Amino acid sequence: MSDDNSTVVIDAGERDRLGHPLDYRELNRRIRKTLSEGQERIVLMNVMGQRYIASATGGTRMRIEIHGTPGNDLGAFLNGGTLEVFGNAQDVTANTMNGGRIVVHGNSGDITGLAARGGTLLVKGNSGYRVGIHIKEFEGVGPSLVIGGFVNDYVGEYMAGGTIFVMGLGCTSSPVGLNVGAGMHGGRILVRGGLDEHQLGPGACLAELDEKDAAVVEGLMSQYEAAFAATIDRSVPVLKVMPLDSRPFRGHYDSTTI
Amino acid sequence: MRTDIKVPEKYLPIIDQEACIRCKRCIKSCSYGALEFKDDKVRVKDGCVSCLRCVIDCPTSAITVVERPSSYAPHAVFSPEIRRSIMAQANSGGVLLSSCGANAEYMDIFNDILLDAAQVTNPSIDPLREPVETKTYLGRRPGKVVVDDDGRIDLDASETPIVVMDMPIMIGHISLGSISYNAQAALFRAASELNILAGTGEGGLHNDFYCHSKNLCAEVASGRFGVTSHYLKEVSCVDIKIGQGAKPGHGGHLPGEKVQKLISETRMIPLGTDALSPYPHHDIYSIEDLQQLISVLKESTEYSVPVGVKIAAVHNVGAIASGIVRAGADFLTIDGLRGGTGSAPRVIRDHAGMPIEIAVSAVDQRLQEEGLRDKVTLCASGSIRTAADMIKCIALGADVVGVCTSAMIAMGCTVCQQCHRGACSWGIATQVPELAARLDTEVAAQRVINMFHAWNEELKEIMGAMGIDSVESLVGNRDRLRYIGPNPRIAEILDVKHSGEGWG
Repeated sequence: MSDDNSTVVIDAGERDRLGHPLDYRELNRRIRKTLSEGQERIVLMNVMGQRYIASATGGTRMRIEIHGTPGNDLGAFLNGGTLEVFGNAQDVTANTMNGGRIVVHGNSGDITGLAARGGTLLVKGNSGYRVGIHIKEFEGVGPSLVIGGFVNDYVGEYMAGGTIFVMGLGCTSSPVGLNVGAGMHGGRILVRGGLDEHQLGPGACLAELDEKDAAVVEGLMSQYEAAFAATIDRSVPVLKVMPLDSRPFRGHYDSTTI
Repeated sequence: MRTDIKVPEKYLPIIDQEACIRCKRCIKSCSYGALEFKDDKVRVKDGCVSCLRCVIDCPTSAITVVERPSSYAPHAVFSPEIRRSIMAQANSGGVLLSSCGANAEYMDIFNDILLDAAQVTNPSIDPLREPVETKTYLGRRPGKVVVDDDGRIDLDASETPIVVMDMPIMIGHISLGSISYNAQAALFRAASELNILAGTGEGGLHNDFYCHSKNLCAEVASGRFGVTSHYLKEVSCVDIKIGQGAKPGHGGHLPGEKVQKLISETRMIPLGTDALSPYPHHDIYSIEDLQQLISVLKESTEYSVPVGVKIAAVHNVGAIASGIVRAGADFLTIDGLRGGTGSAPRVIRDHAGMPIEIAVSAVDQRLQEEGLRDKVTLCASGSIRTAADMIKCIALGADVVGVCTSAMIAMGCTVCQQCHRGACSWGIATQVPELAARLDTEVAAQRVINMFHAWNEELKEIMGAMGIDSVESLVGNRDRLRYIGPNPRIAEILDVKHSGEGWG
């Protein structure tokens, strides 16, 4: 399978006796076997919707290239290393990601980055509904989710930490949908190209960038430019969505002894 | 504008001033500030919740707590509870919170069921002199037996991971956060020594508790708190929490006051923020989606642990359970509406869901009808208070029962229903270090061990009396139950005969 000493190629389009492409269990088994043999550079060819690719993997030097279309839950519970998709990713990409880096040269689907607590996700194009729901941070370390184009409604819902950056490249209007940051109580959502108050969800508010935010914006833009060989116009303003309170439901309940 | 009208105090501590030796221990004991020392006497203030800590701590038994005699005028429709709740809501405009399980009288069916025993035509067994097996297996049944060359059954050849427990009991999911470090340590230690399972709850697993991981079931809830691949691989099984009997359809909300260093580290969230669990899993809107989460957990643990799903008992529970099994769950937990909680809106706790007796029976029957029952382990929880409840629940179809509140009571809990306030005077449902330190882990663990040991002995006694020598033969064995309650329709739904009806 090896085309040279350093990279292992796995053909995910390989057919079984019945003509079906490689089952996800077998594909993941081969990935884990390759990694356990100390080979940390893997190229997956002809990926045809196989789910759960590279879940719970993650040596720091691991690098998996994915050509084709991976299925849902790409890189779930990822701990480190890099997954790079040359195509579109589907739903729940980076589910509960702990660390590492996922780069998608295309779009990603709904609930991208669900409950992530670390790592970086770069999506060249657009993403779906509820991106970055319930991402969180711990001891100052949180995930960064960068979407090049637009996202749909409920981005950053329940967000408890980390950074979501929606760049709006190629968009002529606001690149975020409605209910932005609904119920958020930590972290920041950065929107290049801006948004109106009416797009905010309950518990979220608009703010100007401070110095720290500006540095984060510049850092993530540079990462995006490097990953996708792009150039981003720095003159378009970036707005920040942040939580009104880290305790959004204070006062909602009554504890009287009945 | 001030609109508050005081809600009358509910409980009254009475101090026997002659017996009182003025040691002031009760004042230290009370974590609700209901007692003070003034003019050389222990005096009563507002705020008593009848947790009985002072009563039990008092060296001269000088304290009695009673319901206030100056209660509302009797009314057959507007009970004092209803009047109090209206008064409180008119003050605050808030959703009323409470804890522990449903506090309403209309739901107890266990008390309407009687057990059978063997007489003449089948012999009973003396469990003290003959073996009666209570070993229980949790996980997906392989559906086939592999025999090695010597004709012995090869237990390792099963394709699916199985957890072996010495009793059909699991200590339910109670998170670090809802209970203290010491309380969780005690429960985990008890589970290890008894070789049963304990649930971690949704708050992740503290580093100190990995030593018990072979007896732990990890919970993956919508907040995914503390869930990492390392954690999932270390424990012996993984449970996807969709719902909880005390609050079906409701999420979790650990208030920021409780998110102190210990909780922050374990849940991997910032200090002092509210820990919110979304109401649904937003990656699960269908059985097909659930299948994905089950599959990704199996992939992530390399098929080394059983993956289960826990749901609250709701009206369509049979069909949902069928979908869950078809989605690939290895075990299934149904939590009835009397199930416990560290915090839930009263309106949901007392009014939403289904009693576990009906739910477990409905699920067992539905899975049998569809040929699925043999594939999975069925766990049932939601106020399994005693060994009798456990035995009836197993005979109604459960393989394993989940127990929480009774284990709490074994540790000292008096079910005062104040867990949500975080000031538990018994050191159980609190994160206040001075209060948490009141619970001695070793003592509490031993008490839980004693209680479950006694339950298991009672289980054997009953099985012996029935002439059954293995708990697996009791599972779903409705022939050994009879209904004696007021509503024969319930007996029909449970598929249990009425008392007085024989075998034929």
